[in-house]
Amino acid sequence: MTSVAEKVKAGDVRTVARLIRDIDDGMPGVKKTLKELYPYTGRAHVIGITGSPGVGKSTLVDQMINHLRKKGKTVGTLAIDPTSPFSGGAILGDRVRMQRHAMDQGVYIRSMATRGHFGGLTHSTRSAIDVLDAMGKDYIIVETVGVGQDEVDVVKAAHTTIIVLVPGMGDDIQAIKAGILEIGDIFVINKSEREGTDKTLSDIRAMIEMDPDKYAKGKWKPPILKTEAVFDKGVSEFLEEIDKHWEYLKESCDGKALRKTRKKVRDELAELIKNRFIKDILNNLIKSKEFDKAVDSILNGTIDPYTACDNVMLPILGTRKK
Amino acid sequence: MANKRVLRVMVAKPGLDGHDRGARIIARAFRDAGFEVIYTGLHQSPEEIVEAAIQEDVDMIGLSSLAGAHNYLFPRTVELLREKGGDDIVVCGGGIFPDNDISELKASGIKEVFTPGTPLTEIIEWVQENVKPRGG
Repeated sequence: MTSVAEKVKAGDVRTVARLIRDIDDGMPGVKKTLKELYPYTGRAHVIGITGSPGVGKSTLVDQMINHLRKKGKTVGTLAIDPTSPFSGGAILGDRVRMQRHAMDQGVYIRSMATRGHFGGLTHSTRSAIDVLDAMGKDYIIVETVGVGQDEVDVVKAAHTTIIVLVPGMGDDIQAIKAGILEIGDIFVINKSEREGTDKTLSDIRAMIEMDPDKYAKGKWKPPILKTEAVFDKGVSEFLEEIDKHWEYLKESCDGKALRKTRKKVRDELAELIKNRFIKDILNNLIKSKEFDKAVDSILNGTIDPYTACDNVMLPILGTRKK
Repeated sequence: MANKRVLRVMVAKPGLDGHDRGARIIARAFRDAGFEVIYTGLHQSPEEIVEAAIQEDVDMIGLSSLAGAHNYLFPRTVELLREKGGDDIVVCGGGIFPDNDISELKASGIKEVFTPGTPLTEIIEWVQENVKPRGG
């Protein structure tokens, strides 16, 4: 084993910080380390926190860290904020809410920027989770970028997905739309001192009750909790539900490592292949002369984009049917 | 996915100083220059700033102070970085400083000091010139 992997396993913060940077920056050397660390992953409970901007995700995460630390658990946090599509820069401000834990050696907090990745996470989040897992953190909390309706990647990366809402964000039609509300294992209505909390609660409840799958016997029925994260109200009840969900998951896969469920492994492998495809094939392709030629042909009207796509893909797909 | 380093910088407010408009403007300007900016929020101790900087693997810490305690807070931050093995992290400062203090701050390891009226472009150019992403 390389010294980097050894140091990560020993919990060395500088090494972990640098490794996550290297993963984020797409440095080629990280693959070897990740391979070495993989056998040491699959232990931590990965919790995904998602919801619209400003609902209080970071504040809730801060309180969760506080409660988990009181129970003697160690916590790794990945907090994601958006990258500017214009400058490529980012302001990563989630840490502001969590900075009181900076001196606590049992807590590692890392801010990450989306860098053009859609879906609520970064392309590096999964690997960063592995690093924190191998580092020995009991819980890993992943806070997504503030999301709208469709950013559901977190469900593939986390064991337990939390949807954070605030009162008054929409009517009962919003609640039956597809997308983000379908992926919640636990719903939290934060800022619940505000008007409209009970209405939001009943909308979400009605949505869950319409889903026969969630009502089947022995299935997990997502609880809905009210919190006021700033005042630490309702947070310990919320954490109890997170632990209940973990127990449910363990029972439902016969005590096998949760990480190794077929679905998780499929998702993980597909994601890696997709990233590799983008990095090694797509990025080279769009730099190629053929690509520029195809663009020219579309522009001067000699070809349509669909045919151009076929032509560009042909050498990659080889003799296989398009 | 782009195999390239992105500059990560921390903008920090050490000590009992509630004035963060300058820090926010700098953070915004750094964002627009293409850097990833981690903002710590107000009332940070040098210990907290250094700990966060190491967890975030930043290349530079920009300390903002308008409350007069820079002669302790700034050198202390540099000292802690050295203790923690983070002496390759560049530290610069911004705020209101008496002329005599500036040379002492620089002697203590603060690489550059920016005072009121400095154009944002000048600060960004300085950073691009003097701060390189660590690890190559």
